[in-house]
Amino acid sequence: MTKDDIKQKIIEAIYEIAPEHEGDTIPDNENIQRSLDIDSFDFLSLLTALNDTLGVEVPESDYGEVDTLQKMTDYFSEHMA
Amino acid sequence: MGIFKMPSLGADMDAGTLMEWKVKEGDKVSKDQVIAEVESNKGVIEVEVFEEGVIDKLLVKPGTTCKVGTPIALIRGENETSQSLEKELEALSGGEKEEAAAETSEKEPGTPKTKKTEPATEAKVSKSTAEEVKISPAARKRARELGVDLDALAAKAKGKIGTAEVEAAAASNEKKRGGSDSMRQAIAAAMSRSNAEIPHYYLSASINLTPALKWLETQNRKRSIKDRILPAALMIRAVVKALQAVPELNGFWKEDALQISEEINPGVAIAKRTGGLVTPALLNAQAMDLDGTMKAFHDLITRTRTGKLRSSEINRQTIVITNLGDLGVERVYGVIYPPQVALVGIGKIVDAPWVVGDALAVRKVVQVTLAGDHRATDGRTGALFLDKLDQLLQKPEEL
Repeated sequence: MTKDDIKQKIIEAIYEIAPEHEGDTIPDNENIQRSLDIDSFDFLSLLTALNDTLGVEVPESDYGEVDTLQKMTDYFSEHMA
Repeated sequence: MGIFKMPSLGADMDAGTLMEWKVKEGDKVSKDQVIAEVESNKGVIEVEVFEEGVIDKLLVKPGTTCKVGTPIALIRGENETSQSLEKELEALSGGEKEEAAAETSEKEPGTPKTKKTEPATEAKVSKSTAEEVKISPAARKRARELGVDLDALAAKAKGKIGTAEVEAAAASNEKKRGGSDSMRQAIAAAMSRSNAEIPHYYLSASINLTPALKWLETQNRKRSIKDRILPAALMIRAVVKALQAVPELNGFWKEDALQISEEINPGVAIAKRTGGLVTPALLNAQAMDLDGTMKAFHDLITRTRTGKLRSSEINRQTIVITNLGDLGVERVYGVIYPPQVALVGIGKIVDAPWVVGDALAVRKVVQVTLAGDHRATDGRTGALFLDKLDQLLQKPEEL
C-alpha cells in the first residue's frame, strides 16, 4: 500500500467517525482531535477502525505520534512495512 | 399496571411519535421489557414497562404523535380485567382521549407520517433505489443519526446522496417537528428552574492523577485496542465508588426532603454530532466493575450518537457527570438538573507543578468540581465526597 493509499484510508475512517466532515479537506498538520472536534472516545474508535483496516495497533504511548493526519500517515506507513 | 401513557422522556418532551410496537395484544410482558419505540427530540427511544402484565389493547397506531400522558396501551395486571381497564380509561378526562383519537385519525389516511418515519430508524433502503441512487456510507450513517428516511430521499434524488442532502432533508423535517428548538427550550426550562429554586454551592479540588494514569497505561498495554479503558471511564468508576461512601449526593430533592437513591445512575453528558446534548444514564453503575463501566460507557455513547436509547436511560439519572476536559476546560461550574441534588464536573488533565515532600514535581492534575444543592447537603458533605474521590484515585488498582 502506498502512502497515498494509507492517507486515503485514514481520511475515510475519519469521515466514518465524524460524518459531518465528509468531503471536507482534512488539514495535514493540524491536531485531528481539536480541528475536527473528535473527543477521546471518538479518537479511540478511529484507532480501532484503523487497526481493523490497516492491521496496526497504536499503543497509548505513541498517541503523540499520531495526532495529525500527516503524522498518522507516516506512523502507519512505517509500522505496516 | 393499568393504563400505559406516553412517557415523558426528559423534561423537554411534550409529545412523542409512536414508531413501532414491539408487542401485540395478548402478549405477556415483564418488568423492564421494551414494548415500543418512540421518537422524540432525543431521537428514537425504546420504551420499557415497569411492571409485568398482559397487553390488553394497543390504543394508538404506529406513526401517531401524541402528547405526553396520552393513554397509548392498556396493560392488564393481576387484579385487572379488560372491562375494568376500559372503565378506567373512560373515567380519564374525556377531552384527553378525544384529542388522542383525533390525532390518530388525522394521521391515518394514507399514513404519510408512518411511511416517512418508520424506515428511517433503520436507514433501510430498498434494493431497487439503492441501485439507482448512490448513497455514501457517511450519508447512510448521518441519515440514521438524524432520522432521515433514505427511501423517500432516494426517490426524489438523482445520482448521489451525500451528507449534505441528508442534512438538508433533516433540516426541513426539523422545522416541521421543532426538533432542536424544543430541545433547547426544554434545557432552558430545566435550567431556569434549577437556578431559581436550587441554592447551589460549589467546591473544587485538584487531584493528582499520575498514579491512576500510570496504572491505566500499564493495564492498557496488556489489552487489545478494543478493550482499552479511557481515563473518562476510570473517573466515572471512581465517582460512583465515592458516591457509595457519600450517598447523600446521589438522589433527589422532593417534597422538601432529600431522597437518597440506592441505584447510582450517573447521567453522562454526551454531545451529539448533530448538535445538542444528552445526558443518558449509566444504569446501576454501582454494580459494575471498571471493565463493566467502560463497556457500558462505550455502549451508551455509541447508542446516543447512532442508535437508540432506552426510556429508563433518559429519565432515571440520579446525578450528572460533566466532563469537558477534551475541550480544554479546566474547571466545570455545573448547574444541577432538578430534582437531582448534585453535579460532578471534570476538567482537563494538565501537567502541573505538584509538591512532593519538600520538592516540586510535575504531575498529571485534574480539577474536579462539585455543584451541590444546599437544601439537601452542606459543603462538608461535598468536601467528604471530593476527599474520598481523591483517595480512590490514588489507589486505582482497587477501582
